[in-house]
Amino acid sequence: MKSGSRAHCHRGKTVRRIAVTILTLLALSVLYDDAWALPVSSFLEPAGPVAAAQKNHFIWVTLITLIVVLPAIILTPYLAWRYRYGAKKVAYKPKWAFSWLFEILIWGVPTIIVLILSVPLWNSTHQLDPYHPLASTQKPLHIEVIGLDWKWLFIYPDEGIATVGEMAVPVGRPIALDLTTDTVMQSFWIPALGGQIYAMPGMRTKLQLLADRPGQFRGLNSQFNGMGFEHQQFLTVSLKDDAFKNWVQQVKSRGIPLNTGRYGTLNKQSTRAESFAALGTPAMPQDILYFSSVPPNFFQQVIARYRSGHPLPPGDQPGTKAHGGHSTPSPNGKTGLGT
Amino acid sequence: MSAGNVNTEALKHPGINLGEAHGEAHTQAEGVVFGFWVFLMSDFILFGLLFATYATMVDHTAGGPGPKALFDLKSISIETFALLLSSFTFGMASLNLKHGERRKPIILWLLATLMLGLIFLGLELHDFSSMIDKGAGPWRSGFLSAFFGLVPLHGLHVATASLWLIVMLVQMGVFGLTPRVKTRLLRLGLFWHFLDIIWVGIFSIVYLAGLS
Amino acid sequence: MTASDLWHLVFGRLGLQSLPFWDMIQHPTPSHIINGIIATGAAAVVVIGALVTVFLITKYRKWGVLWSDWLTSVDHKKIGIMYIVLAFVMLARALIEALLIRTQQADGLNGGFLSADHFAQLFSTHGTIMIFFMAMPFLIGLINFVMPQQIGARDVSFPMMNSISLGLTAAGAALVMVSLVLGKFETGGWTAYPPYTEAAFNPGPGVDYWIWAIALSSIGTTMTGINFAVTIYKKRAPGMTLFRMPLFTWTALCTAILMIFAMPPLTAVSLMLALDRYLDFHFFTNGMGGNMMNFANLFWLFGHPEVYILILPAFGVYSEVFSTFSGKRLYGYTSLVYATMAIAVLSFTVWLHHFFTMGQSANINAVFGLLTMIIGIPTGVKIYDWLLTMYQGRVRFTVPLIYALAFSVLFVLGGLSGVLLANPSIDFQVHNSLFLVAHFHNMLIPGLLFGMLAGYHFWFPKAFGFRLDERWGRLSAYLWISGFILAFFPLYALGLMGMTRRTVSYFDPAYTPWMLVAEVGALVLTAALTTLVIQLIVSIRERKANAVPVGDPWDGRSLEWAIAAPSPEWNFPVIPTVTDRDPFAVAKAQHTAYQSPPAYEDITLPTNSAMGMIICVVGGLLGFALVWHMWWLAILSALAVPVAVIAKSFDTRTEKVIPAAEVRQQHQAWLAQARQETPISRQLETSPDNHGLADNTIAEAST
Ligand code: HEM
Ligand SMILES: [Cu+2]
Repeated sequence: MKSGSRAHCHRGKTVRRIAVTILTLLALSVLYDDAWALPVSSFLEPAGPVAAAQKNHFIWVTLITLIVVLPAIILTPYLAWRYRYGAKKVAYKPKWAFSWLFEILIWGVPTIIVLILSVPLWNSTHQLDPYHPLASTQKPLHIEVIGLDWKWLFIYPDEGIATVGEMAVPVGRPIALDLTTDTVMQSFWIPALGGQIYAMPGMRTKLQLLADRPGQFRGLNSQFNGMGFEHQQFLTVSLKDDAFKNWVQQVKSRGIPLNTGRYGTLNKQSTRAESFAALGTPAMPQDILYFSSVPPNFFQQVIARYRSGHPLPPGDQPGTKAHGGHSTPSPNGKTGLGT
Repeated sequence: MSAGNVNTEALKHPGINLGEAHGEAHTQAEGVVFGFWVFLMSDFILFGLLFATYATMVDHTAGGPGPKALFDLKSISIETFALLLSSFTFGMASLNLKHGERRKPIILWLLATLMLGLIFLGLELHDFSSMIDKGAGPWRSGFLSAFFGLVPLHGLHVATASLWLIVMLVQMGVFGLTPRVKTRLLRLGLFWHFLDIIWVGIFSIVYLAGLS
Repeated sequence: MTASDLWHLVFGRLGLQSLPFWDMIQHPTPSHIINGIIATGAAAVVVIGALVTVFLITKYRKWGVLWSDWLTSVDHKKIGIMYIVLAFVMLARALIEALLIRTQQADGLNGGFLSADHFAQLFSTHGTIMIFFMAMPFLIGLINFVMPQQIGARDVSFPMMNSISLGLTAAGAALVMVSLVLGKFETGGWTAYPPYTEAAFNPGPGVDYWIWAIALSSIGTTMTGINFAVTIYKKRAPGMTLFRMPLFTWTALCTAILMIFAMPPLTAVSLMLALDRYLDFHFFTNGMGGNMMNFANLFWLFGHPEVYILILPAFGVYSEVFSTFSGKRLYGYTSLVYATMAIAVLSFTVWLHHFFTMGQSANINAVFGLLTMIIGIPTGVKIYDWLLTMYQGRVRFTVPLIYALAFSVLFVLGGLSGVLLANPSIDFQVHNSLFLVAHFHNMLIPGLLFGMLAGYHFWFPKAFGFRLDERWGRLSAYLWISGFILAFFPLYALGLMGMTRRTVSYFDPAYTPWMLVAEVGALVLTAALTTLVIQLIVSIRERKANAVPVGDPWDGRSLEWAIAAPSPEWNFPVIPTVTDRDPFAVAKAQHTAYQSPPAYEDITLPTNSAMGMIICVVGGLLGFALVWHMWWLAILSALAVPVAVIAKSFDTRTEKVIPAAEVRQQHQAWLAQARQETPISRQLETSPDNHGLADNTIAEAST
């Protein structure tokens, strides 16, 4: 497997890497991924307005809160040492236990800080509401995401295609995601672009993202959902408009149609690599599935199945063992990010 | 331990008289009764959560039968009547406990209470079984799960209270009206009225709202 | 009926495949063998540990003592001590599990050595144990031991119920231990979110172990809450008004109230999940109208108040420690009390911050975010109250104070990450990541655990009559502190780098160095626990030299220090009358301490009761039977509960009387000893010269 061999070649240089990284550690910098050309996976290296705003907010809240935090950190050792038992020439007032001045300070300062912080809290929560469409002159690209154990299926309803393991988006155009799962609860997250949102069976949640530069970003599920959880990662690729159109064409020409039978294979408990082994063709990139067409209203039907009013025995619920999930993947059976 | 000064003690502890001028028994009883109130509060939270769950799931019928198709107002009304009446009979027992020292009326009122409690339980079980006969068991839908989580929990409480009542009848026979037996009866009374209040909640939120 | 039918009738779904080495025999691959050996080793530790304990007790003929002095005792002090013993045992297990998790992830880039399934059980048991069977028993034990003595009472309001609570908690802990030997534990984390934990997805016994362990302990804890609250309301000594209560008792009261209101949601949610799994209900299932979001809702309706249940008693300990070891009144008592109450009330209004990412409206998220930040205010106030307590005091760097100082510095950093998490827009980026794991450990270790350890060092002499060894204590404290920093600060960075929690392996080499640092931290923490054990052994060996029979080793301020160490069974020979805050400090200053009362009276105490043990065994069996579907045993043990309770209600010999003469004789002997001892200055506090009589002339002189 491609990724397996990558891990292997890393080993030889381990020592030097550790040394290098410890230096980075000391500098307390967060300059990491690029060194190994892995996709960006932190909102501290934002690739879109949502993540950028989150980073900004993160820094400001930290700085403002430090106003109350730092004094405590400094005063603790200072007071303890200055008033240590046996210290000479410092006052000792064992019965002193109250002062209006201090009282006003210790209640007042934190209150003011919280008041100050509440404004950006309120505003950012509304501005970055995952349901709130992003301001843009362009029409959003609509993607429907179905969480499966242990991969995500991306349906592009307007383009009529679907993929697994790779989600391409055009640079500069808002992306409107609808999410659900066809198994247990999951959480969809592309750190470099924006925050996460839960995806749940029989329900639809929403997320708005935008990539403002071309690049590759890590996407993942962050909600533990069983023994292949850590494999549930994918690559987000942001492409310039033409490249995106080209990518859509590629998916159409290199992919296979998504039909009920193939979906039935895909939604069994399995890692992406295992699904690829079952469904992939040589025309597709390693460990990435391309579907050239998708039945109409596919996403809606996946949701509707949980709301039909008819009992769903475990055998009809993807993600259960009864549905044909196979044994736990071996601890070393890794799926890479498909880069 | 049983003779006592009714007037002063009744002032001190409006719910019951424990006999015995000595304060010790009272201080102890007070802690016990207060503790029971706190327990009821905690139990109340439990019911509150199940009520809330029911309220959020009442529409989750998943294509199955809803309240209108299932609830039988006649039987519910009789149950309600039986339970409310049982609160009254328990109240009479408590009054006798407070103002008299004779066991017989107390026992009679308690027996009446027990009868009403058992009638309630019998009717309720009958309701449940006819629902299940209609294919409306808890496995049918979220709504029915919430129903069968809430209403039988109350029934289970009533069954427990009835068992407790039987034990108390035996203890009155074995020990007589000792302070211990009295405070236990006092607590049982609180419990019984509490279950009545919960039932009023069930009656209005589950049954009346469901049928309207 | 075939043999297999008979087997199922008797043993339910228990079978050979439930044994920890079965997998390894069936599939002898290297991975299965490694995991099998670890699992079998753990099971062996449980079994052998139990056997050795039984053997030693038998050999030294201690069954009688164990039964009549401990297991059936309803003395709040002994129950408290038993809770804390349970907490330490469970701490050891959960810490070893944490070390395994860390070691796995340190090698996570290469896949590590644990199977995903084994790893998932580890983080699930670690979390479940640390919260329910380490932290809760520890704080309940401490409150049990200390609170009645602080309010001048002889016991809690319901001593037998106290012992039943302990029994229920122990039964829950036992179930978690048994899951090491038979079958597997749950794999969905300590929160056990459905639908993952529903029967369709996880039909095995693991989730059921979680359900019954939680249900049992939650019921026990509710009863504890009732018990503590009623005790504090009803059993205070004359003159001990609410606003004269020591801060630790105040936090105990608030914690008790939180327990009364917050445990029912946990009981409810665990039993609702049980109904889904056993009787095909649809509370949280996929489809059929189930609503999994309601689980998150109910769970955190318990879960958030729970974190304050955990932290408030530690705050109480710190209040006592800062004031005692600064030789000074607590600064801002009223402020602290109101802050504690504010926290308790607000803690019910913020639970939604645990699932900002579930798709509710921005308005709801923003409101809950704001409320969450507001809780930070009273918490910050408390920190500054403690700092001002040191201001113009005389600070002695004993072990409890070292923990308190470390707490003060580290906890505010956890507060900083907490304020960050309170912002929904930031939470969207760190939820479910190691940043969150770092945050809550930052609250739980310097907050709760250090607080409990400080309390353990502080009150140990009161419980056993001798001080814990100071040198080992310091070493241990420094190891806990540095180990914590090493183990958890890297997780902040990893979380910001997008690393999720609960991941058995990862693909980003940049994670490894941080993981290695965290691994070192975990090793240091393991060393810290080891030094605590060594300290205990050393201290027991040197108990004569470190004895403090007079009972006031730290120049204490509240009533528990006014009596002998170990405390007499009845705590107070004569119930004291309180006229001020810090009553014992006042008495010492006014030279009214250590005086003979005018008269002694008979003392009535509750007699021993086996109910706690009966409920423990029956409850444990009930849980076990339900886990394995042994219906006959489930029915029998379920019936045994009411039978035992009813039988007990006919027992009238529930009290014993200690004659006044005996009380007098013991008290006078102790007073005579106190008169003989020389009061020692605080310089000699941690030396063998300290026999528990404090010289506080300096404090007096400088008022
Ligand atoms: C003393 C040293 C401790 C260490 C080294 C440690 C380590 C860990 C680790 C490695 C995890 C798993 C993180 C992950 O999901 O990737 C974890 C989870 C957790 N820990 Fe600890 N921990 C310690 C103490 C505590 C304490 C004192 C508590 C609580 C009182 C606690 C409560 C938890 C909880 C609730 C979880 C979450 C489990 C879950 O994911 O469901 N831990 N800890
Ligand atoms: Cu919370």
